[in-house]
Amino acid sequence: MQSTEQELRAFVRSNFLYGQDDGDLGVDDSFLDRGIIDSTGVLELVAFLEEHYEIKIDDEDVVPGNLDSIGNILRFLEKKAPMCKGR
Amino acid sequence: MLVQEFLEQSAQRFPEKTALVHGDHRLSYLTLDELSNRLAHGLAALGVRRGDRVAVCLDNSVEAVIAIFGILKAGAVFMMINPTTKAEKLTFILNNSRARSAVLHARKTAELGAEWRPAAFLESVIVVGALKGGRSCIIPRRVEWLDVLPQHSGAVQPLPKTCIDADLAALIYTSGSTGSPKGVMMTHLNIVSAATSITTYLENRSDDIILNVLPLSFDYGLYQVIMGFKVGGTVVLERSFVYPREVIDRLVQEKVTGFPIVPTISAILLQMDLSRYDFSSLRYITNTAAALPPHHIPKLRKLFPQTQIYSMYGLTECKRVSYLPPDQIDVRPTSVGKAIPNEEVYIVDEQGHRVGPREVGELVVRGSNVMRGYWELPEETDRVLKPGPLPGEKVLYTGDLFWTDEEGFLYFVGRKDDIIKTRGEKVSPKEVENVLYALDEVVEAAVVGVPDDVLGQAIKAVIKVREGDSITQADVLRHCAKHLEDFMVPKIIEFADALPKTQTGKINKRILGGVAG
Repeated sequence: MQSTEQELRAFVRSNFLYGQDDGDLGVDDSFLDRGIIDSTGVLELVAFLEEHYEIKIDDEDVVPGNLDSIGNILRFLEKKAPMCKGR
Repeated sequence: MLVQEFLEQSAQRFPEKTALVHGDHRLSYLTLDELSNRLAHGLAALGVRRGDRVAVCLDNSVEAVIAIFGILKAGAVFMMINPTTKAEKLTFILNNSRARSAVLHARKTAELGAEWRPAAFLESVIVVGALKGGRSCIIPRRVEWLDVLPQHSGAVQPLPKTCIDADLAALIYTSGSTGSPKGVMMTHLNIVSAATSITTYLENRSDDIILNVLPLSFDYGLYQVIMGFKVGGTVVLERSFVYPREVIDRLVQEKVTGFPIVPTISAILLQMDLSRYDFSSLRYITNTAAALPPHHIPKLRKLFPQTQIYSMYGLTECKRVSYLPPDQIDVRPTSVGKAIPNEEVYIVDEQGHRVGPREVGELVVRGSNVMRGYWELPEETDRVLKPGPLPGEKVLYTGDLFWTDEEGFLYFVGRKDDIIKTRGEKVSPKEVENVLYALDEVVEAAVVGVPDDVLGQAIKAVIKVREGDSITQADVLRHCAKHLEDFMVPKIIEFADALPKTQTGKINKRILGGVAG
């Protein structure tokens, strides 16, 4: 069973990297800095997180601190849905 | 009047006033002017001379703004390049313009790679920032921004002015119908004229606080800085609208008075819950680059009841053409208004004769804001800059089809050629097709623009794959993203066994859903 990080990487790989290897995407690399996310990308990411982890993401939560890197998303998920931890 | 004098004069009048806000950085006019002077010296020391071209390929940032004015103060010509531009196109532009120097972010140098060999005329590559973990990318002729412009450096005397307003201030590269980008030549006079005209109809004053989320590589974004400094206002710079909540927080916090947008931003705003914000400081919103969907307008009015909305139209070749006075937006929401101050427009038929109301024809623009021409492309230039009423003068044939109503208000119909306008940027189908043909599996490719509510037009690619080969949409997208700026990547990818042809054997784009404009 995949860990949360692996699930997130799979999503980023297929939606933002068009299937390219995410090997050099560090856990704290900013999506914005890497130029791999745009405004529609953010909306897709939010939809994915809400559906897959069964959480509700408020407008206020849509900020780089919560979403702009694999690490940020993992920390955000821990706050929103602690059961994800270790999945 | 030279463009950098906007900054210099505001620094005289309002030395301590905040000129630029970006993230945690707040720079006064005096500081910004001094830093630009410093950079000008640094560039001169690197061999940059009057008339030399210097490229700037950075995200919206303090460094980008300093670069613009530093380059101008060195008597040189700045070229803002979209930071998502990939290595091949960046190299093309540097070679085409015979750039003397370039200012890049460390991340871009990593993309270019250690094997990158710039042309001989590029004497220096000024690198801003660093890669994570302190790694460095070896690039020929590399110098660090912090060496060219040391921190905590004091004031220096400005370099002597060598330019006159007939000299070039900027080269703005735009997508070309032949597939190669073209450099639009803008003189100091062109830019000063356009900025004066626009700040006049927007009624900009020194108490304006302008929020710019648009790329500085886009003339719409670039001019927010130029015009903001002209009137001695404050420019609040953001990198993008990717995280809208943060931008809106900033808008309210800084009590922004002016917010230039494009329809993509409008669409996002209308999806947000903004009920708890107080937008009373927002004096105006402008829209250009693509038409504001008429159904957005009443919703925007409700969201920002005290805000004037300016619907405008323009093209890189003359910066701006028209604006609709805000009191007309409810009366004729689909019009883009009338000519900006100090400019004349008229509509001509195929023979070049002026037409009357309700007749569709090509829009022609006359005025000091019209470009000097396309850099080193005399034939392309002659196709759009044609003789005007006075001997020796040239007027701009926009390639856009328009009609006017009986009161002289302009209505956009579409493009004469097949250039796609998406997210407000011009995209040549050929440029995208060339990239698609680089894939071995692609036998035939056709790129067209299809109507899109928010983007204006969306880019659609129809591809015929070689017999026996298979390729997925993701493969195509990945390939495109690697070679094209983000706004040029097709939104729709279709595979077909055969592409429809015309009688002469050319691909019939009309059938593929391609509508001119």
